[in-house]
Amino acid sequence: MDDLYREVIVDRYKNPIYRGTLDPHDISFEDDNPLCGDHIRIDVRVDANNIVTDARFDGHGCAISQASADLLMETILGKSLDEVKELTKDDILDMLGLELGPVRLKCALLSLKVLKAGAYGLGEASDDLVE
Amino acid sequence: MEPRTKNHTLDVNRIRADFPILDRFVRPGVPLVYLDSTATSQKPLVVIEAMDDYYRRHNANIHRGIHTLAEEATAAYEEARRKITAFIGAPSSRQVIYTRNTTESINLVAAAWGRANLKLGDMIILTEMEHHSNLVPWQMLANELSLRLEFIPVREDGLLDLDEYRQLLQQSPKLVAFTHMSNVLGTITPAKEMTALAHQAGAVVLIDGAQSVPHFSVDVTDIDPDFMAFSAHKMCGPTGIGVLYGRKEILEKMPPYMGGGDMIKRVHLRSFAPNDIPHKFEAGTPAIAEAVGFGAAVDYLQSVGMDAIHAHEQEITAYAVERLEEVPGVDIFGPKTEYKGGVISFTFAGVHPHDISQILDQGGVAIRAGHHCAMPLHEKFNLPATARASFYLYNTRSEVDRMVEALYKVKEIFG
Repeated sequence: MDDLYREVIVDRYKNPIYRGTLDPHDISFEDDNPLCGDHIRIDVRVDANNIVTDARFDGHGCAISQASADLLMETILGKSLDEVKELTKDDILDMLGLELGPVRLKCALLSLKVLKAGAYGLGEASDDLVE
Repeated sequence: MEPRTKNHTLDVNRIRADFPILDRFVRPGVPLVYLDSTATSQKPLVVIEAMDDYYRRHNANIHRGIHTLAEEATAAYEEARRKITAFIGAPSSRQVIYTRNTTESINLVAAAWGRANLKLGDMIILTEMEHHSNLVPWQMLANELSLRLEFIPVREDGLLDLDEYRQLLQQSPKLVAFTHMSNVLGTITPAKEMTALAHQAGAVVLIDGAQSVPHFSVDVTDIDPDFMAFSAHKMCGPTGIGVLYGRKEILEKMPPYMGGGDMIKRVHLRSFAPNDIPHKFEAGTPAIAEAVGFGAAVDYLQSVGMDAIHAHEQEITAYAVERLEEVPGVDIFGPKTEYKGGVISFTFAGVHPHDISQILDQGGVAIRAGHHCAMPLHEKFNLPATARASFYLYNTRSEVDRMVEALYKVKEIFG
């Protein structure tokens, strides 16, 4: 567990770098984890070549969900939207450096689900995006 | 182990020996501390063995079987119903309908009684602290029939605003449906008084007894609701079976809920005549082994004594509140101990309840984190989620101490 609450996770939870909103933005999407009420909103700006130039998340939830969102924002800076669409569950687990059970996996993947739903311009976020 | 409790008769160490799961370790060297009985209780060996014995020796489909096994299975199924009837003080076992759980019991009333008795503009009174199972079925019915839902407010102290309730009753509600004990706040509602007031106003009363029937003596004849719903799995019994108790005259007039085998007297190609109660509401092969287990659970609870169980929970809860209040950052949500059962929901400053629960799990301590199927209540108090510890007859003070120790670990990690 001390693994699960590694310093980087607790630190990013308490002192996030990318918390906030962007106005204007090119992409904005938000969703909840209905199981626990975690909520994440993500705003993204892209340039003419669809490269991510800025990204911010906002919302509330557990340390895993919020730290995961903060790290994800950092990860996608400079990436193209096509690359963002290709991100998977494994990328998130690598990023966190964690093994997670099915319940906490939902916390960790909420930000990716929101981001990909926004990147694809979907009306609704689906778990299929992060399977 | 701590010394045995001396203030009342419940011998918690002897009780713990009845529950095989309480011996297990969550991981090497870390014994289980189970503080999640509000979600589901653990099962004593007598319940597990009763179901095992049923499958090993008596298994057959019930009713209309002539062979020995079918007779034994039917007898066991109906004997369990008689035990449950006596346990809740119901006048007749014909008023005790087996369902899957509290949720199905409430849906049965909404679908069968509600559709037959409610119409456009009719009013239903609920409370702000209902579990989703006593909220969503009424929302669905309200959408279908254009009914009006009104809510008794929950005050800051976690109790219902009964003055507001009296005001609402002046608007001629058709139904009042409320929880007997909140699964989040632990608040025990004045069910008898609320029922009498509703009846004076001409309303039918449904009580969600999911948290009350398992934890203290509940007598439906004394409280006198028209319906009471509860589940076996929260009271030492198996999952998959619950009860709807109903007033005889109302049940007899109600149309059936589901159609199928066992709920009929006669069937023709284009018509059927429904069976008598309770069978009218028990279509299809029911949960027979679970009914047997339910009967064994009721026997077990009675052998311990509901008053002793309640006293034990009150004592453990008071102790837990005292210990939790020592922990910096912990905020308890809900009424004072004297108005509540063995449930404590709390928050920890700066730490999400999921993280609390995860860190407690590392210490073997099982609590629940989330909105506990009561999102509107959390919205009202502006909390996305809470952590919840709940107690039952097998919990000890030393388990409370283990939880508090683990909470200091939370503090250490999150600083």
